[in-house]
Amino acid sequence: MATGANKKPAEVRLDRQDPEKIKARLLAKYPPKVARKRAKQIVVNKVSADGEVPVISSNVRTVPGLMGQRGCCYAGCKGVVLGPTRDIINITHGPIGCGYYSWLTRRNQTDPDSSADGHNYIPYCFSTDMQDQEIIFGGEKKLKQAIQEAYDNFKPKAIAVFSTCPVGLIGDDVHAVCREMKAKLGINVFGFSCEGYKGVSQSAGHHIANNGIFKHVVGLDDTVKEGNYRINLLGEYNIGGDAFEIERLFERCGITLVSSYSGNASIDAFANSHTADLNLIMCHRSINYVAEMMETKFGVPWIKVNFIGAAATAKSLRKIAQYFDEQELTDIVEQVIAEEMPAVEAACADVRPRTEGKRAMLFVGGSRAHHYQELFAELGMKTLSAGYEFGHRDDYEGRKVLPDIKVDADSRNIEEMEITPDPERFKPRISEAKKAELEAKGLQFSAYDGMMTEMPDGTMVIDDLSQYETDQLIKMFKPDIFCAGIKEKYTVQKHGIPLKQLHSYDYGGPYAGFKGAINFYKEIDRMVSSRAWQYMRAPWQEHPELSATYAWE
Amino acid sequence: MKSAMRTDYYTATQNACNLCAPLGAALVFKGIANTVPLLHGSQGCSTYIRRYMISHFKEPLDIACSNFGEETAIFGGGANLKIAIDNIRKQYCPDLIGIATTCLSETIGDDVPMFIKAYQNGCRDEDLPALVHVSTPSYQGTHMQGFHGAVRALVATLAETASVEGPLSVNLFPGMVSPSDLRQLKEMVAAFDLEAILVPDYSETLNGPLWTEYQPIPQGGTPVAALRRTGGAAASIECGLVLSGEKETAGTWLEDHCGVPLHRLGLPIGIGASDLFFASLAAISGQPIPGKYTAQRGRLLDALVDGHKHFNGVKAALFGEEDLVAGLAAFCGELGIIPVLCATGGGNGRFVQTVQSVVPERYHDQMQILEDSDFVTIEKTLEALAPDLLIGHSKGFTMSRRLQRPLIRVGFPVHDRVDGSRMLHLGYRGAQQLFDRIANTLIEEKQKKNHVGYTYY
Ligand code: SF4
Ligand code: SF4
Repeated sequence: MATGANKKPAEVRLDRQDPEKIKARLLAKYPPKVARKRAKQIVVNKVSADGEVPVISSNVRTVPGLMGQRGCCYAGCKGVVLGPTRDIINITHGPIGCGYYSWLTRRNQTDPDSSADGHNYIPYCFSTDMQDQEIIFGGEKKLKQAIQEAYDNFKPKAIAVFSTCPVGLIGDDVHAVCREMKAKLGINVFGFSCEGYKGVSQSAGHHIANNGIFKHVVGLDDTVKEGNYRINLLGEYNIGGDAFEIERLFERCGITLVSSYSGNASIDAFANSHTADLNLIMCHRSINYVAEMMETKFGVPWIKVNFIGAAATAKSLRKIAQYFDEQELTDIVEQVIAEEMPAVEAACADVRPRTEGKRAMLFVGGSRAHHYQELFAELGMKTLSAGYEFGHRDDYEGRKVLPDIKVDADSRNIEEMEITPDPERFKPRISEAKKAELEAKGLQFSAYDGMMTEMPDGTMVIDDLSQYETDQLIKMFKPDIFCAGIKEKYTVQKHGIPLKQLHSYDYGGPYAGFKGAINFYKEIDRMVSSRAWQYMRAPWQEHPELSATYAWE
Repeated sequence: MKSAMRTDYYTATQNACNLCAPLGAALVFKGIANTVPLLHGSQGCSTYIRRYMISHFKEPLDIACSNFGEETAIFGGGANLKIAIDNIRKQYCPDLIGIATTCLSETIGDDVPMFIKAYQNGCRDEDLPALVHVSTPSYQGTHMQGFHGAVRALVATLAETASVEGPLSVNLFPGMVSPSDLRQLKEMVAAFDLEAILVPDYSETLNGPLWTEYQPIPQGGTPVAALRRTGGAAASIECGLVLSGEKETAGTWLEDHCGVPLHRLGLPIGIGASDLFFASLAAISGQPIPGKYTAQRGRLLDALVDGHKHFNGVKAALFGEEDLVAGLAAFCGELGIIPVLCATGGGNGRFVQTVQSVVPERYHDQMQILEDSDFVTIEKTLEALAPDLLIGHSKGFTMSRRLQRPLIRVGFPVHDRVDGSRMLHLGYRGAQQLFDRIANTLIEEKQKKNHVGYTYY
């Protein structure tokens, strides 16, 4: 829903500047062809009365020579989706760099004590470290050996193999190698053809990872975990301990978490995640495929949630209660919210005098640029402009546009799996009648309305922001805070504008749930109220006459 | 002397101790004024490399990319490279674009020099930036090969032999050292009334002040015009003992093509190596060593004598970039520290011999030297060697934690301390700082373990 945007005409003009003019200035230096392409990715938001928003071009290839934020397919597959799972040994099949750069760089936390064997391979980086010889004669032999060595050293439950760019070109059959080693070692070994040149960003890798997990792991274990209100949390990667905070809330409410994809995750939990009764989606972009496939094959429905922001957290908990529709759960959820909120409100009231009216920009990921607007709104701050690094149109405009999304050369090479209901295990968790009843009460299934529908008119939505455009935005707006990642951090801060990293949280956090919201309020207060910036210019730069004084003294 | 290659242990690599080639090349290009590094391949590599270097330098660090898609991987990247160069010119108006290849464009065999020629021919009457290419397949070499390769490519592409007017200049190829080190080197050369042409010089671009005005490309770096003058310099100094066994470097190129005399030295880490460095500057300039440095040296020696009790017989494990480790090993020898392990992920087959040549013979039978190594191997080796401390980069932290030995951070990457770009290793002052850090760490360990709580050491 559009958060009151239409009721507040004051916000139509972007920070008192004409957004169309801003757009023109962003495009001015590009060659005509580039400008035409970027023009479709830079959109001035407008939400119509029935919730329609303008079309934004997204998930399209970045123009060569424009420095963007995006990583590659391999990064999305290995780093984002599989990486946070502690007990799979992830072997990078390729030259050393790709594996090295994805070694413990993401800030996903895990608690090895929460599984019986305590396995944790997150601190390791396994690579076949391809050399000339493998590029010329093929790397399958070395890959087999790498799998064998990893097995001999660690005796893991599962080994996953990730292909990098050269692998696809030299034609190694990683899947055949994995099958062979799986038979030989008697553990689960599976491969991903996630060469970096596939798709246009990490997003392709998410999809490939979703497919692979679903094909090789989900459904392997039918044990039904004990407990009431059994759910999976999808697309929550436990950055800064977010998942721990959400787990805390579930526990308080008596909600049973069967599996989480893939923050604080174990492969065993993926294997029986199909036994849960509801899937909750946090990051729609990276994980909606698993949810869709699980629904088709096993009958588990999904709803969109968001635990970023105190109000959003409360709302998400209520949605879960609404779905299970039991008085007992509804009561606990209300009680938990009532108990948690006072501390949140007090913290917010404390910082608001300093944060009210300040202006933020968010360019990050495939869901956070949306979710974090909630927290800024709670601080009384305005989001002037936002965009995703690797979102698709449905993440911007809502899933209703899915049928209109065109398949292009870059998306065609990502496999769409054909899923059919499992003959024995498909079991709709709720009847059609019940579903209709809940929908009538406002609970939406398989729905995500996207970011733009919730942003005020006149704000700028920019997909795949480039470094050059970042610099221009900073120059034109001087926002009070800019949210992106480490690649943008130090450029933005050179201008004296604080940058909050929303990938790694600047190694802070958690920011999810109620406690997380409090952390975030304090952090943003610290950043926008910092006094360091006032020393940017030395006194004699500010007042040249002073330098003479100093010299004279 | 015991030494081993990694093959004694494993085929695959677990927890690598080296990075990939285009990273080194991109870093070099960041040390040239008004330059944009461009990786020819898919965008993941440039993003990873940017991200990784930024976590060390904590500075803006932009690297462009020619952005291969699947069809590019099949049909070749010529068209993409052209578009990338066009767009970089429009956005940044650079003086130079430094083009390094990734494993992808190398594997498909893109002929980048030909693409560049075609591009230059296609815009004959335009004011083009210099286009410098270096081939950096990571399956053939580490980030150090990429680094030295890019330095060579820069002079080989740009150097002119014309005789030079003005002050005597010296080409200085410092190797992969910190911005603070680079500043220190420039100061040292200037003290001899010589002009230093540093390749690369990222002392400002990767360790600059806040901006009062927007800078499309951070200021600083060696100007392209200076690179052209490398052919007319009085001499070249190339740092790195392992590197000095390499036949094709920037220094040898200038010697062969422009007749610039080449001084091949170790990195000036510690007393002996710094002495040699100053001796070279004195010889090139014909000037005596300035009193300021004699005084620095004197103070360093004074501290060494006073602090000897802290070091004698202490065992250290060194790891990281090959020439840094060789330099540190020599310095340890000077301090009376036994470098029980010297390990590198690269090495080029010359590492073992080089380290042997700089460490006093009496230590040799207590030492292990590992070339082409990784952290699993290093850690295994260390179990038996029981070092007192580790000296190396941040990736040794896990090992330091498991072995419960302190890690003194040096070199690259340092992403778990704030001063990665400000650490000083070179010259007498660098040695002094290293000395202080090592001594203080050893004292702190002793102090922590002591039950009384003495405060005099
Ligand atoms: S493909 Fe090669 S260049 Fe790219 S990150 Fe991997 S090792 Fe480095
Ligand atoms: S080589 Fe490919 S897989 Fe590796 S980092 Fe580069 S783009 Fe990604």
